[in-house]
Parts: sequence; C-alpha cells; structure tokens
Amino acid sequence: MSVPSVGGERVARAIRSAGSGPALVAYVTAGFPSKGALAGLLGACAARAEVLEVGVPFSDPMADGATIQRSSRAALAQGVTLEWILGELAGLTPGLSAPVVLMSYLNPLLNLPGGLGGLGARCAAAGVSAVIVPDLPLEEHAPVRASLSAAGVGLVQLVSPVSAPGRVARAVRVSDGFTYAVTMTGVTGGRAGLGGEVLGYLAGVREAARGVGGAPVVAGFGIRGADQVRALAGVVDGVIVASALVEELERGGDVGALLAGLRGAGV
Amino acid sequence: MSAAAGVERGGLGAGGGGVAAMLGGALPPCADPAGELGKLLSGAYPDAGGRFGPFGGRFVPETLMGAMERLERAFAEAMADAAFVQSVAAQGRAWIGRPTPVMVAENLSRAWSGGGGGRVVLKREDLAHTGAHKINNALGQALLARRLGVERVIAETGAGQHGVATAAACARLGLPCRVYMGAVDVARQAPNVQRMRWLGAEVVAVQSGDRTLRAAVDEAFREWVRDPERTHYILGSAIGAHPFPLIVRTFQSVIGREARSQALELLGRLPEAAVACVGGGSNAIGFFHGFLGDGQVELLGAEAGGVGVGVGQHAATIAFGRPGVLHGCHSMLLQDAHGQVQDTRSICAGLDYPGVGPEHAFLSWIGRARYEPVQDAEALGALEDCCRLEGILPALEPSHALALARRWLGRNPSGTVLVNLCGRGDKDMPILMRAMEARAPDGHGADGHGAGAGGGGPVGAGGGTVGVGGAASAGGGQR
Ligand SMILES: Cc1ncc(COP(=O)(O)O)c(C=O)c1O
Repeated sequence: MSVPSVGGERVARAIRSAGSGPALVAYVTAGFPSKGALAGLLGACAARAEVLEVGVPFSDPMADGATIQRSSRAALAQGVTLEWILGELAGLTPGLSAPVVLMSYLNPLLNLPGGLGGLGARCAAAGVSAVIVPDLPLEEHAPVRASLSAAGVGLVQLVSPVSAPGRVARAVRVSDGFTYAVTMTGVTGGRAGLGGEVLGYLAGVREAARGVGGAPVVAGFGIRGADQVRALAGVVDGVIVASALVEELERGGDVGALLAGLRGAGV
Repeated sequence: MSAAAGVERGGLGAGGGGVAAMLGGALPPCADPAGELGKLLSGAYPDAGGRFGPFGGRFVPETLMGAMERLERAFAEAMADAAFVQSVAAQGRAWIGRPTPVMVAENLSRAWSGGGGGRVVLKREDLAHTGAHKINNALGQALLARRLGVERVIAETGAGQHGVATAAACARLGLPCRVYMGAVDVARQAPNVQRMRWLGAEVVAVQSGDRTLRAAVDEAFREWVRDPERTHYILGSAIGAHPFPLIVRTFQSVIGREARSQALELLGRLPEAAVACVGGGSNAIGFFHGFLGDGQVELLGAEAGGVGVGVGQHAATIAFGRPGVLHGCHSMLLQDAHGQVQDTRSICAGLDYPGVGPEHAFLSWIGRARYEPVQDAEALGALEDCCRLEGILPALEPSHALALARRWLGRNPSGTVLVNLCGRGDKDMPILMRAMEARAPDGHGADGHGAGAGGGGPVGAGGGTVGVGGAASAGGGQR
C-alpha cells in the first residue's frame, strides 16, 4: 500500500493493540448533548475504546439515519462549528490516551478558512490523527488526501457490501488509518444483520487489506450489541459504535458502561 | 457579477480540464469564457469526472458508486441506441403532446413594453402532459429505469410536478413508484399529492430537515443508499451527482430545440432574450441549450427572491451563494460561513432549494447566462397579468420567469423576449386562494413557506398591471 501517514499509523497501531476481540471505535457528535460535555465524553470513551471518532455536525447528512440527524441538529443549534471543534480538540487531544479521528461531510471542510489547502495543518495542530469523509469517494479524494498527508494526517476510505472487488482493492491500498467497511447498504442507525454473506464480505475486505499490507479493517453501521462484536471477532480488526452511543447519551445513560458491555464485560 | 463577492472561501474544482484541485481560496474569475463555452458546446463538458469547469463531480457515499456507474453506462448506451432515442421521441409526441407550441402573447407584450413595441413570446411547456416540463425527464428516466432492469423507482418532489410526472411515467411503464415530498410541500401543493396517489404512487411526507425539497432530496438519496441495486432514483432537476445533471439536461433539451426552430418560424428570427425560472435548473438548462451557441441571445435565469435579501428569506442561489457541495455535486450553494446549508424561502415549492445545477453555476461563471432574483410579490403580479391578459394560469415557478421578462422589457422596450412557461398553475390554487383571501382589507398574508407573499403585504399587488392594489414592484429595485 501507499506509505501511511504518522497519524494514520497511530490509529492503525491503536486498533491492532486491542487485546482479544475487535478494537472499539467510539463515535460522538461534537457538541452533543452539549458543548460542555465534549471533554468529559471523550475522556470516558478513551478509557474504554481504542479510537475516538469525533463527528462534525452537518445540516444535510446524506449517509446518516434519524439518530445522528438528531444529534447533528442539536449540536448545530448550539452553534457548533468545525473551527470550535478543532479548537477544543487542540486542548484535549494531548491528554487523551486514544487517537482521534474526525468524521466530516465534505462541505464543512471546504469552508475552513484557507480552504482544503490548510485542512491538513489545521487537523494536525488539533491532534487529529485521521479524517473520514463519507461523501468523498475514491474518484474525488485526491485534493483532500494531498492536504492531509502533507501534514501527517490519514484519510480513511470506505467500502460497502456493493463495492465491486476492484474498488475494494483500490480502497484498501490507499486507506490510511483504517479501512471503513460499511456493514450494510443503508444509512447509520439500524442494526446490522451479520449473516454469512456479510461476514464473508467483511473477511474479504480484510484479506484484501492484508494482501497489500494495508491498514486494519473496521466495520461500522448498525453495531449495537455484544453479540455482534463477538461475531466480528477474528473477522475484522475493529468495530465502530455510533448511533447506539448517541442514543445512550439521549437516555442520559453511561457510555463507559455501554462500551464495556459491548466487549462482553459484565453482560 | 453578484456571485463574485461571495466566493472567497474554500473551493474544489477542475483546473485546466482535469480534476486537479483548486485548493482553498477563491473561485477565480473565468480566464477564458469563450474557450470554456467551446468545451461545453463541443461536448467536452461534462468531462469524465462529471465536471463543467470547476463545477459538478460525484460526491456520494461509496454505497452509491456502483449504481452511479451503472447509470452512467446505461445512459450512454441508451443514447447511442437509435431505438431508445426514437422511443423517447415517439412517446413524447403521443403521450406528452410534443411539440408544445410557441405563441406571441400580444396583450402581455402591449402591457409590459410600455408602447415600445416589444414582444413577449411564450414556450407553452404548461401544455405538456401532467402540466409541466418535468414529464420530459420523468419519461426519459423511466424508460432508462426499464433498461436498467430495476424493480422500482423512487423520486423526490418539491411542487409535486416531478412527483406527478414520475408517477404517471411509472404507471405507464408498470414500475412501482415512491415519491418523497417535504411535509411543508405536501400541505401547500395538496392537489398534486392527490394526483400522485391516483396515479398509483406512494407519497412519503418527509418530516426531517427543513421539510421542503432539500429534505426530500436528502431522504430520497438515503433510500437509494438502502437499496442501490434494485432501485432507480429519478432525480427531477439538473442537480446531484454526475451523471444526473447530464441526463436531466439531455431529456429537457427538447424544450430548447423546439423553441429555437419554432421562434425562427414564428418570428423569422431569434429572440433577443430567453428567460426561464431556476430552481434546480432543469427547465432552464433544457431551454438554454437551444440557444447556447447563439451569442446574440441573452440567457436569463429567474431565481426565487422570496421576501427579501436576508438569510433565510429567499432561494436565490447564484445571486447570493458561494461554491459548495450538496447532494453530490460541487455548485453554488446557499450556506453559512461554516458550510452549513441555509434555510430557504419562496412562495413556490419548486424553486425553494438552496442549491442549483452545476451547469448553471458554470454558465454564470463564464458569463453566458445571468441570474436575477425575483421576489414572491413580483412573481404573483406577473402571474395575475398572465391570467387576466392571456387567459393562461401559469405555475408560480414560471411566473418568476414572466416577471423577469417584464423587467427585461422595461430595459429593452422594443425587444423580443422568449419565456419558458414551464408549468401550469392548477397545483398552486391553495396558495393563490389564500393570497386572494389575504387581500380582504383586514387580511394579512400568512407566514412561512409560501402561504402568502411579501411577508404580510397585499398579495398579488406587486406590480401586476391589471392587478388589484397598487404596491410597487417588489423585486426589481431590491439590490
Ligand atoms: C412548473 C415548475 N417549474 C419549475 C420548477 C423548478 O424546477 P427546475 O428548476 O428544475 O426546472 C418546478 C419544480 O417543481 C416546477 O414544478
């Protein structure tokens, strides 16, 4: 594969450092449930997860279901901006044990003062190790990747169950940090059915990644229960927990306990 | 031009024809407008990446990439297949009623040219089956869906015209059809909701986001992500990821082709200006394409000026927006300083959209077409004139184009302006009846999306020559 960035390498190492079972990537929408909650939330997640994914709220999240639409709207209503998020992260990341991956739709990134050219440096300064852009397919990724990798920040590529084998091969070759294997056709927020076909697809992605010495493979979309995490052990290197975590916050629950439960501890 | 002030932030686009990035900074003024227009006319644009210069592209989730590539291939094959092209044309004649006529509107001409002898000429796309130009694209894409072998069709709709057209085309071709429509629009375009249901479509009222066209597009894309293999999404405007802007323009170009030859026949010459309304821009792009190479024909797009120039008061994307990415393409976009998409407002659902087709952004960038906002009240005034003077009830959307034509005649009193009258106004009766009620001496226009015009002012009085009331033209002098 192409040489990983320093940030991407840090994320990959964190994922591979997970003991038994897949690594956990914990997603939070920045500024949800409140701006003030971000620091505590990241700390709590870092104690239980190998990687933190910080979502930049967007007004039109095309790949997200009802839960993340709600959290995004609530965050935007509080005036959360990418600038604010990067500012907060600059203060928080030095104290966090887990690397931070930023998830943003493309348009907020384009609107960073200085444009895409400055994106990598701004992310690096905030301690962001890698970036996920759900509406940036392989055909369009070049300018974003160039900016990020020049600053040592990774760009994660996504693959889906309907990605042609050739596309999967291209994605695992360039994905930097991890390859994000979407578990299903659909938006976030459902519950992934992990039948043989899905497990076969995920195993195929990991095989493709290993074949080229690529980044670890992390499954996301619809991961809600310890049973799913168990089923994915040995199939992928990590799992992303997003909507389930946001819903736990909506209920006023304990995200640390949720993450521990996913690992099977205390369940 | 008005857009230039707003493009100082980030951008992403083609440099020198490729997809090399323009990293950050401003969208530069177009260095070679004639050369760029040449690339469009020669078919070099959209390029392999779906770009019209810096605009266009394909910014969609990975899950949709296979479907987009299949669609691109199937469309290219279909257009190279004479039988397909003939079938679109034959059904256009038999089922849609093409060609739609072109007529001189003598009474509007007299009323609006102030004795200057100018002429208003109408392309009667309102006479197309189901009542608007939307049917051209819906039929073409439904035939394409059948070629693709999909099991069902989904669509978004704003005013309901694209939904009705898609429902009708799917009924004829035996394809199950589901239409996503913002809850606000379901309420304000009720007659069209009923028509869609009678035509056998399922209508889903979208409660997320801003509950208008933008939310309906968001939701239709989400549904396509759920089932990309067995579904075709018939996008209704010249927006979205490549190849949608190209597909929609191709099927709508029949308007401009017909209009050009009909105008030549009727007038013995080309008009000096061609005017169309621009929501996402499908009727306008199809109409403009007939005249792109006729440099002497001024191309004018009417955007929804809503009730004012402030944030959230309009949907005038090219006038007030900056480059950005929404619904899969890089184009002009109404957004805040942080790249969040802004809420819009217009009396008409069909223009109430914060983005615009990338080819319009391109035509504005190279200066080949100009786009001006027209406010609700001014559009209502033009609608009223068209009713009373020509016996034609136009939709609220093309009433914006009529108002802009009227403005143009004010500047060119002896000129000839061709207007794409892209839809009829039956669907707008609930809004128009509320507007009429609001004229009662103590009446007041309701607030919100399009219930009344002019934020409570005397509705329909905004410049209608024969209108009741006497408020000055609301849109012309705004900027
Ligand atoms: C009659 C009519 N005109 C215009 C439009 C705006 O769409 P476009 O800009 O794609 O032509 C609509 C959309 O619903 C419409 O119904």
